[in-house]
Amino acid sequence: MSVPSRISANTSKEMLVLYRFFRGLKAARLKRIIRLGMKSLWLHRLRSLLTALGIVFGVCSVIAMLAIGEGASHEAQEQIKNLGSQNIILRSVKPSEERKVSENNRASYILQYGLTYADIKRIKSTIPGVSIVVPARIMREYAWNISRQTDCEIMGTVPWYPEMRNQRVAQGRFFTDREMDEKANVCVISSEMMQKLFPLQQALGSTVRVASEYYRVIGVMEPKSKGPKAEESTDSSKGAAAERMFIPLETAKTRYGEVLRKRRRGSFEAERVQLHEVTVKVASPDEVVNVSLAIKDLMERNHNKKDYDMVVPLELLKRAERTKQIFNIVLGSIAAISLLVGGIGIMNIMLASVTERTREIGIRRALGAKRRDIVTQFLVETIMLSGCGGILGVLLGITIPFLVSYFAGMVTIVTFWSPLIAFSISGLVGVIFGLYPAIRAANMDPVEALRHE
Amino acid sequence: MGPVLVEALRGVSLEIQSGEYISIMGPSGCGKSTMLNLLGCLDRPTTGHYLLGGEDVSRMTDDDLSTVRGTRLGFIFQSYNLIPQLSVVENIEVPLYYQDRPEEEAREIAIRLATLVGLEKRLWHKPFELSGGQQQRVAIARALVNDPLVILADEPTGNLDSTSGAEILKVFDDLHRQGKTVILITHDDDVAQRSSRTIRLRDGQVESDVRVSKSSA
Repeated sequence: MSVPSRISANTSKEMLVLYRFFRGLKAARLKRIIRLGMKSLWLHRLRSLLTALGIVFGVCSVIAMLAIGEGASHEAQEQIKNLGSQNIILRSVKPSEERKVSENNRASYILQYGLTYADIKRIKSTIPGVSIVVPARIMREYAWNISRQTDCEIMGTVPWYPEMRNQRVAQGRFFTDREMDEKANVCVISSEMMQKLFPLQQALGSTVRVASEYYRVIGVMEPKSKGPKAEESTDSSKGAAAERMFIPLETAKTRYGEVLRKRRRGSFEAERVQLHEVTVKVASPDEVVNVSLAIKDLMERNHNKKDYDMVVPLELLKRAERTKQIFNIVLGSIAAISLLVGGIGIMNIMLASVTERTREIGIRRALGAKRRDIVTQFLVETIMLSGCGGILGVLLGITIPFLVSYFAGMVTIVTFWSPLIAFSISGLVGVIFGLYPAIRAANMDPVEALRHE
Repeated sequence: MGPVLVEALRGVSLEIQSGEYISIMGPSGCGKSTMLNLLGCLDRPTTGHYLLGGEDVSRMTDDDLSTVRGTRLGFIFQSYNLIPQLSVVENIEVPLYYQDRPEEEAREIAIRLATLVGLEKRLWHKPFELSGGQQQRVAIARALVNDPLVILADEPTGNLDSTSGAEILKVFDDLHRQGKTVILITHDDDVAQRSSRTIRLRDGQVESDVRVSKSSA
């Protein structure tokens, strides 16, 4: 008895009330307090509901926004990972000023740009840490199956292309070194292309006609995980590249040579491009950045025009992660603000409730309630309000991402910790914003409180 | 209390024996309420001592005063002061609730007392569903629930019509006969006449203190 009174002389009244509150909590009593709180809240159903709504929307928006954000960034990261985190991708780009020149000089001019076989040789011989290099030529042509026709991207490449780019063959197989050496007329097509050209028949073993050449289909690729935004940012070709056909690089060289001709609005345009795409695999992930700098340096020395483009998936990945971090911080502050607003709403109502129930407080004090009993009563009411709001918010917050996925077709991911955090914050808000009204109620003079009308 | 210190009571010295039935009278502003607040441990005297059952309660901490109120005193107010969201039984249980009595036991006592004051048919009604006399009877049951040393009543019949008032006073008489100490504040001489001792206050001091040799009721 004497110890707490001595403490009260030194510490503030609030701290003492809080200390006693936690010390004096018993399970049986808590049950009754909760029942009492429910009764009091039920007395003003509409008011309680409206107050809790502030927390409901706060919690629900946090979870829903995090889920949508997580879904979007997850998709982008998947796309980048598909490119291979140890890879560096070089692509030929038509230089912009050159295009103007070609339009002026019309017919005779052959535009020459892009990556060359010499580039590959230089990269291989001068830069340490480069393990595999995958060159590729890309052409656009119509592919035919008897009378079915589709616009497709023909990619001449090497047999180890799929494993480098994290793509898998779904049916059949990719072509082999031997088929490459033999310049065999074989092809592997994407699943989208299979659907267009062979909707009713078995694609494997059938033939595809491109111009006057026939290619035997030996494999079908697995469909890529879709993400229109990521696709655009990582593919140099502007058109949709879902319909793809892979043929051995050597075959492509002999069939197409190095000059591409295009007829457009009466004018004639020719381009000479040796390689459209080169994927460089770096032995260890730590060296990716250094190797990319070395390649950049090497390319700058040998190309006087900027007719290539370099993509480093690892850097993209890092950038995506940074973006996600910023995104999370922004979301976090929005969440904090909305919960703060909800908390202020709760505090406002509880202060009103304390004033309104001054007489009740006086009666309870006269009948033997200690200060901490009053604190507990009001604090439990506030926590129940915000807790119920939190639970409703979590339920709503988990439902909304599902609806968004279902109706808007967006990928959403509800991480298990986001409802957890949102809910515990709502509980915390209840404690913080409930404490002041509760202490105010407890510190009322019983005589004054009883006299209150 | 306000910032200005008002001496409501000055130099009052009283001794009350257990089992006494005391009425405190006096014009308004004479310190009756302050007297009751002090006797009820709702307030502490600025100076002086108050011994309740041999214990000095005038220097106790707030928490200990709460315990004293909850275990030794029973309050009855002029305006009944029931908690509106609770039923009759729950209102009666309130003092026991703060003494951590087991729920079943508390309920049993509350129902017994409600029956005693004649409210066995109204156990689960809310206060606003009851008449003034019934509400005051609930308040009396509540005041008795912790088996107090002293019952303090602040103009218990002030808000009641004469019939209900008479009924309530009869309850007080019964309590007195059972040996309870009852202290009540009143304006009404008829009420005061039922008591065994009448204390008149004026300007914060005891004007008269009259013991009545009671003719048995």
